[in-house]
Amino acid sequence: MKRALIIGATSAIAESLAGQLAKAGASLFLAGRSAEKLELIARDLKVRHGVEVEIAAIDFDDFDQHAPLIDRAAERLGGLDLAVICHGSLPDQKACERDWRLTEAEFRVNCLSAISFLGHLANRFEQQRAGCLIAISSVAGDRGRQSNYVYGAAKAGLSAFLQGLRNRLYPAGVRVVTVKPGFVDTPMTAHLKKGLLMASPETVVRDILRAAESGNCELYTPWFWRWIMLVIKVIPERIFVRLKL
Amino acid sequence: MNHLESWGRYPKTTQNVRQVRWSSDTLPNAREGELFLPFGLGRSYGDGCLNDGGTLLATRAMNRFLDFDPGTGILRCEAGASLDAILQFAVPEGWFLPTTPGTKFVTVGGAVANDVHGKNHHRAGTFGCHVKRFELLRSDGRRLVCSPTENPQLFAATIGGLGLTGLITWVEFALRPIASAMIDVESVKIRNLDDFFEVSDESDKAFEYTVAWVDCLARGTALGRGILMRGNHAKEAGELRTHRQPRLNVPLDFPSLALNHLSVQAFNTLYYGRLKQRVTRAVKHYDPFFYPLDAVNHWNRIYGRRGFFQYQFTIPFSSNAGAIREVFERIAKSGQGSFLAVLKTFGDIPSPGMLSYPSPGITLALDFSNKGERTFKLFEQLNSVVMEAGGRYYPAKDAWMPPEAFARSYPNWEQFQAFIDPSFSSSFWRRVTRAEAKR
Repeated sequence: MKRALIIGATSAIAESLAGQLAKAGASLFLAGRSAEKLELIARDLKVRHGVEVEIAAIDFDDFDQHAPLIDRAAERLGGLDLAVICHGSLPDQKACERDWRLTEAEFRVNCLSAISFLGHLANRFEQQRAGCLIAISSVAGDRGRQSNYVYGAAKAGLSAFLQGLRNRLYPAGVRVVTVKPGFVDTPMTAHLKKGLLMASPETVVRDILRAAESGNCELYTPWFWRWIMLVIKVIPERIFVRLKL
Repeated sequence: MNHLESWGRYPKTTQNVRQVRWSSDTLPNAREGELFLPFGLGRSYGDGCLNDGGTLLATRAMNRFLDFDPGTGILRCEAGASLDAILQFAVPEGWFLPTTPGTKFVTVGGAVANDVHGKNHHRAGTFGCHVKRFELLRSDGRRLVCSPTENPQLFAATIGGLGLTGLITWVEFALRPIASAMIDVESVKIRNLDDFFEVSDESDKAFEYTVAWVDCLARGTALGRGILMRGNHAKEAGELRTHRQPRLNVPLDFPSLALNHLSVQAFNTLYYGRLKQRVTRAVKHYDPFFYPLDAVNHWNRIYGRRGFFQYQFTIPFSSNAGAIREVFERIAKSGQGSFLAVLKTFGDIPSPGMLSYPSPGITLALDFSNKGERTFKLFEQLNSVVMEAGGRYYPAKDAWMPPEAFARSYPNWEQFQAFIDPSFSSSFWRRVTRAEAKR
């Protein structure tokens, strides 16, 4: 049976993922900012799937809490087979341009805290020579754009870190999956217009679950984002610089 | 601003949408004069779920199950949980909804706020009759657990309270046990209106679920002809199989000509003629029995972009069949066929809800394509019959009733007004009380 740690468990994607994992019989440890919300998710999983899940409230910004949290999850579940990093925030780009502190805070949550968790997890998984690490990055990290480059740069840092980790852990048989969702219809994007490109969390979760079984690479979800980003990446910089993206 | 629509797609409104994802959330900080209205799955037909110029609190992601007692079938869930999701969960456990409207794509919060009823009203009463307690979040930040014994007045005001008394965050209600997912169904051919009353009366004694489809274009001695469907949950233990998600979809608006007098007449004739015997027996899964229209996503698009009205009213038993007959005659004369005409008798089980719609009598639900003035003219003609007979309209379906009709048929609305949260309102409420929106 799979033992899974989900960090940032109150995001819409993470909540849907936890439901699917619980349904498949996994034992779960859920970490997130709000104890109240984690409690609601735990109740739901208990009623729907008859599983008791462990929950822990954590301040992502307090990096000293990261290693003890992972230790505790491994101890409570009797080991870890899967860890999924889901937390993040979508910054207000304009506000970040005015205020360095906001930019710094966005980097701490979207990049630094994620790679801090990943570092601890990588050492543990490398030692046990098994397991799967999944982190939710973003298509926004594939190329910096004026409308969203603080978020994009933080996610680009995360994606590059994951590439290196995948490379390093390959001999140990540990799989590392970088998830790059496009627009997903969640509270994080509630203010955006719902267009054709907007995917449901369920679609994204189905792709992530498949990757958790056997994936070991970058996962664009829904699939068509691989091709959209391919096009965006090949546009020469001297042309890209004139675009309003 | 967002152009969310109600199921009837009339009236067209614009409002802000704010997501409420957690029952532990507080209400968003209201701007000066901002008015809220909870919005679940938008299956109210008229403007009961709309708040033109205001804010809708979208609750569909607040849909967690919080407690379930497999011994008693009592479920506590967040208000955005859909009846669809509850059936998926409950049926395999041997439980079913205590009563259900004709679609499973409504939220529990919406079921309470509209105090919905079903084909078993004569046995089970309304949805509100099965509610044990709920939590109400008021704009002053208070969280009030309401039940027949705690905050009993707010309990009564909120059941059928159209979402105006605050945000329902969770609801605790009782499911009913079933031995099988199947329904033993009988379809009875009804010759005319008198026949309906006779068969309906006799059916209500032996069957938990009864409802009749009526060919509202039939005239003369055939006036009121139709098919009465009656059923009971199968008694012998059977497979507790849940329903599948709809596979059919209406992807685009139909041209408004698609549903006209001729096509409705053709359909009705075929539908009625399909049954050869007086009584046809069958064993049906609960899904096609309770939710035939759920099989097609966005079926409301067949009425085109201008949308349609559902005209549902009840008239008390005392006013006899004359009024119903008069309504059918006026519709037939107008040539505006109703594709769907549903007739049912309500029982006398009282609802705890202060503004609850069902009352002992006969209820008729009709669908009319929105043809503007022509349709309104017909409604006015029907309205005089309904009012004369002491009838009332169903707010969950309504987009038209005049304020006078509301005041006359819901005489306790002023008493109800004391329980409205000062930061909550709806297009419906402003229309039927002639109140201007505060901006």
